[in-house]
Amino acid sequence: MAETSKPAPHPSPLTQPYWDGTAQGVLRIQHCAACGKPRHYPRYICDACHSFDTVWKDSTGRGTVHSWTVAHHAFHPGFAGELPYALVVVDLEEGVRALGRFAEPSGNGLRLGLPVRVGFVQGGGGFALPVFTPEG
Amino acid sequence: MSLRDKVAVTGIGETAYRRGATRSSTELQLEAALLAIADAGLAPREIDGIIPIGITGAPAEELATNLGVAELRYSALTPMGGASSIAAIQTAAAAISAGLCNHVLIAAGRNVTSGARAGVRIHQMPQFHLVTEFELPLGAIAPAQLYAPMARRHMELFGTTSEQLGEIAVTVRGHALLNDNALMKKPITLADHQGSRMIADPFRLLDCSLESDGGAAFVISAADQALDMPQPRVLVSGIAEGHPDSPSAITQRPDMTRLGIAKGAPRAFAMAGVTPADIQVAEIYDCFTWVVLCQLEDMGFCGKGEGGAFVQGGRLRLGGALPVNTHGGLLSQAHMLGLNHVVELVRQLRHQADRRQVQGVQLGLATGYGDLGDGAIAIMRRG
Repeated sequence: MAETSKPAPHPSPLTQPYWDGTAQGVLRIQHCAACGKPRHYPRYICDACHSFDTVWKDSTGRGTVHSWTVAHHAFHPGFAGELPYALVVVDLEEGVRALGRFAEPSGNGLRLGLPVRVGFVQGGGGFALPVFTPEG
Repeated sequence: MSLRDKVAVTGIGETAYRRGATRSSTELQLEAALLAIADAGLAPREIDGIIPIGITGAPAEELATNLGVAELRYSALTPMGGASSIAAIQTAAAAISAGLCNHVLIAAGRNVTSGARAGVRIHQMPQFHLVTEFELPLGAIAPAQLYAPMARRHMELFGTTSEQLGEIAVTVRGHALLNDNALMKKPITLADHQGSRMIADPFRLLDCSLESDGGAAFVISAADQALDMPQPRVLVSGIAEGHPDSPSAITQRPDMTRLGIAKGAPRAFAMAGVTPADIQVAEIYDCFTWVVLCQLEDMGFCGKGEGGAFVQGGRLRLGGALPVNTHGGLLSQAHMLGLNHVVELVRQLRHQADRRQVQGVQLGLATGYGDLGDGAIAIMRRG
């Protein structure tokens, strides 16, 4: 039933370290190996110093809520059984943003600046996807 | 050199808009193209520049073959989603002003009834591959879901309300009722908006644009040649495109509440030598209600965060200070990628807009928005 299965990521050599990290329960962020600037999503070169050299660093997984939405309509049949679900944009401590699910599907309790911490949930293709839970 | 008043929109055409069209996207594109070329008083073979719009419909070569174009001197792509058609005016104006060609056809056709819906289409666009890899698997699929966090943050920071978004939906629906070629035929109230089902919070069903089939096209020609063509001349006085920081992913954008048009609009107003206060009608890309409100702020009609109050009190209605989307827009006429906004602006400036005519209008603008935040703006005047 490919039609109702959830869409899965298709990692490339550029992005594979990210998915290797989530499989191990770690949020990894690409950094420039030359100047240290973090970037997300992964890119080939640094937009500050233009180096091709990269290094992947483990994120603390902590951040604060930048914005969110709550899905009430399934635009893909694979998600029809999960409605509603909340998506949250998080300012990570490392200085980049991540999109993840919010642990409370209704979105109740969300506010700008809410401290959150990353965990993982299994998504399409068996890939581990970030899910954020309020701290404390 | 400036592109101010160098070119004119000399022909416009649009098919009937419907759901369940039996013609293909390419046929609809050709139907609209022939209407626009005839409106300009040209023969199809005289078209010598082509910019096809959208990821459906035919490429320039196929259009040229079908139209029997004698010599295609210029073709280009402006792949910016809903900002494409106005970005295409900029590149057409540059090409015509440089003497590369004389009459550029800009045309789109869509048959979404038989093709992919919005949530699938955007992931077919190569510029979104990172969104497709990192956000789609989480259930961030359709534009409604990708744009909703921008609106939510705007609401949290500035106190913008769902009722203020509803004011835009009700206004634009009212205009559609004055347009025989609009899909939506029933009036709506603010209560209808508030009662419509939630799609992607904060967007309700009536905050979202339509899925529809049809074709639209227009012809751009040199301003001096336009004097000898049949229609009242509509000059392109200011034109610009603008791209937000982090154009390929909204989630990574430094300021999620500012769109690409914030960078382009000052250039377009400076080129035209006018200010927002001079604008008499505005056809603003309205894939979602909030996107209209944000563009009004980003173009300088009001300050950042003031859009909610600005859209209230009937200001955007016909008879108000700034009539917006007099054709019914993407929200209530049809989703024609914003080509219908250009067509309507030209109709208004020609004084051919029938029951929805803004009386005595001399200056107006149309905008495009697409590709997760890219913007484009065209300021036009009758002359």
